Amino acid sequence: MSEYFVYTDKMTVGYNGVPLIKDIEIRLKKGEILTLIGPNGAGKSTILKSITRQLSLIAGTVYIDQKSIKEMTEKDTAKKMAVVLTERIRPELMTCEDVVNTGRYPYTGRLGILSEEDHQKVREAMKLVHASELADCDFSAISDGQRQRVLLARAICQEPEIIILDEPTSFLDIRHKLELLTILKDMVSKKNVAVIMSLHELDLAQKISDQVICVHGSAIERYGEPEDIFTSEYIKKLYGVTKGSYNADFGCLELEPPSGTPEVFVIAGNGSGIPVFRKLQRKGIPFAAGVLHENDVDCQVAKALAAEVVTEKAFCEISTEAYEKARKIMNSCKKVICCVQEYGPMNERNRLLEKEARENGNCV
Amino acid sequence: MKKKAQIRYTVSFLILAVLLLLLFIWNINAGSVHLSVKEIFDIIVKKTGEQTAYNIVWQIRLPRILAAILLGGALSVSGFLLQTFFGNPIAGPFVLGISSGAKLVVSLVMIFLLSKGIASSSAVMILAAFAGAMISMGFILLVSRKVKRMSMLVICGVMIGYICSAITDFVVTFADDSNIVNLHNWSMGSFSGTSWGNVQVCTVVVLISLVLAFLMSKPISAYQLGENYAQNMGVNIKAFRVSLILLSSILSATVTAFAGPISFVGIAVPHLIKSLMKTAKPILVIPGCFLGGAVFCLFCDLIARTVFAPTELSISSVTAVFGAPIVIYMMVRKQR
Repeated sequence: MSEYFVYTDKMTVGYNGVPLIKDIEIRLKKGEILTLIGPNGAGKSTILKSITRQLSLIAGTVYIDQKSIKEMTEKDTAKKMAVVLTERIRPELMTCEDVVNTGRYPYTGRLGILSEEDHQKVREAMKLVHASELADCDFSAISDGQRQRVLLARAICQEPEIIILDEPTSFLDIRHKLELLTILKDMVSKKNVAVIMSLHELDLAQKISDQVICVHGSAIERYGEPEDIFTSEYIKKLYGVTKGSYNADFGCLELEPPSGTPEVFVIAGNGSGIPVFRKLQRKGIPFAAGVLHENDVDCQVAKALAAEVVTEKAFCEISTEAYEKARKIMNSCKKVICCVQEYGPMNERNRLLEKEARENGNCV
Repeated sequence: MKKKAQIRYTVSFLILAVLLLLLFIWNINAGSVHLSVKEIFDIIVKKTGEQTAYNIVWQIRLPRILAAILLGGALSVSGFLLQTFFGNPIAGPFVLGISSGAKLVVSLVMIFLLSKGIASSSAVMILAAFAGAMISMGFILLVSRKVKRMSMLVICGVMIGYICSAITDFVVTFADDSNIVNLHNWSMGSFSGTSWGNVQVCTVVVLISLVLAFLMSKPISAYQLGENYAQNMGVNIKAFRVSLILLSSILSATVTAFAGPISFVGIAVPHLIKSLMKTAKPILVIPGCFLGGAVFCLFCDLIARTVFAPTELSISSVTAVFGAPIVIYMMVRKQR
């Protein structure tokens, strides 16, 4: 186990002695990011709080740097571990710099007076999160995005070897989400720290994490690299998605498709169909799409939204079988929409479909 | 900016020190016998002067002034600690019923001892007040576990205060002793009749508690970010909470033991000091609160004993007149 910076041995967490999640086995090296995902109320925060000792462990042990956290004093932990919490703090009359300064407390003397070296570290941390200009602003007067950056700076100047973040990107807009995670990623590689955090943004979790833990039910359901975890089917199962779907390749969410027999047939390809699919979905009109090659982006979206999709293997000409199937569906639809402008050898038969629709007079 | 802040802190402390000195002299000077500054100087520093004046200064005015300084300071520091603990700017020993709890137990003990013909000593009074303060505190802590809303907590505190006051009044009314007149005066709140013995005990208790509070500046300032962040900064939360409660209770109990319950100082002064210094850093605010509380109580005591002389007002009525509007202002501003 000595190669791991953080590891847990049958960690069981919960509240008031009642176990919520059992036998958690975390293995994390320095310079790696571990992300906890899972539905609301699954216990992501409970796990994080147990590692930061806000909650006491029900069973098992957490080792940080080969030492059980139970045997570490508050001061020891403070120098190893920093936190960014979800709770909103409203300190009175504190500037952002004052807030960041508190990160140096574990290193100061009895009265908590910062040395010049401490101030230097505070300035560096604020620079790292691009918050230098906020130093003299009142902490309660800045935006959520700035606040999270300042709190991250506070955690950084604590010079921890591990940072725990509980949903650091909640309440932030996309710009600030990206900014925060970029800073975090940079810091992990620059300062070689370990990070454990919980995220609700699956798309971001997939991109930033070295390891992912899926918290579901009374145990860790899956634990592994993002490539193994983020499959559309599994995410749907993890979150118990019943309406709509999640596309793991694009990291995008799709709403529930309109149900019923297709009323509209969309001839699409090369991304031209996506706006049409979305519009039909919004209006609640069930539709079919075809013939789409499996490597076409249209195909991905159509699979999530269309009542029926006629597909063809990638890089192949449309087969007679697919063509006939599409024709049959098209002719049962009241309307046909053709989004394709150009045809080539691969989708030649879609041109025939368009021609037939025009002849039938139901092509719009 | 750093420079500016430091100048602000220095100026704040200077203002407080000058005010304290002025009020100190004014307090010695004012009263039924007026004394010039030169006479005061002679009496205090050279220890010479006319016998009556000398006695008035040394036996009556000086102990009273010192008591007002120490107890006023203690009260506002206690208020600041409670505000930190509850994360609520309108928490204070009086509104949370801690002063009234102390008052109740002190009167019970005094009446009991008087009926046995024993005069109660300073130490006994402090212990009784501390016991009372801890009882009220216990109730408040129980309530604070149940209610999350801070306004509810304050309302509960006020209710506890009323219950304790009612019982005290009841006991005082039916106690049969001529000494009860004293007790009655005390239960209204007053610095009068402070002896040198009282001052000595006060000084020891208050100064030790103050130094301890000052030494807790670092965890207090970590705690201002919330319990969880404080823990992450290496604060042992349980020990910290217990010491904060004990310190603030000792401070407010000492005040109650000697001067009875005094309202609003614990809320108004920390607020004024924080606004004056534009910071909530405990390392500055704790000494600031002590000086501010001393100035505030000296000022109020001056009014209490001179405005309607020879009739004395209770100190609590005067502090309420000046303190309550500040508290109302704070609440209104906080709502916005």
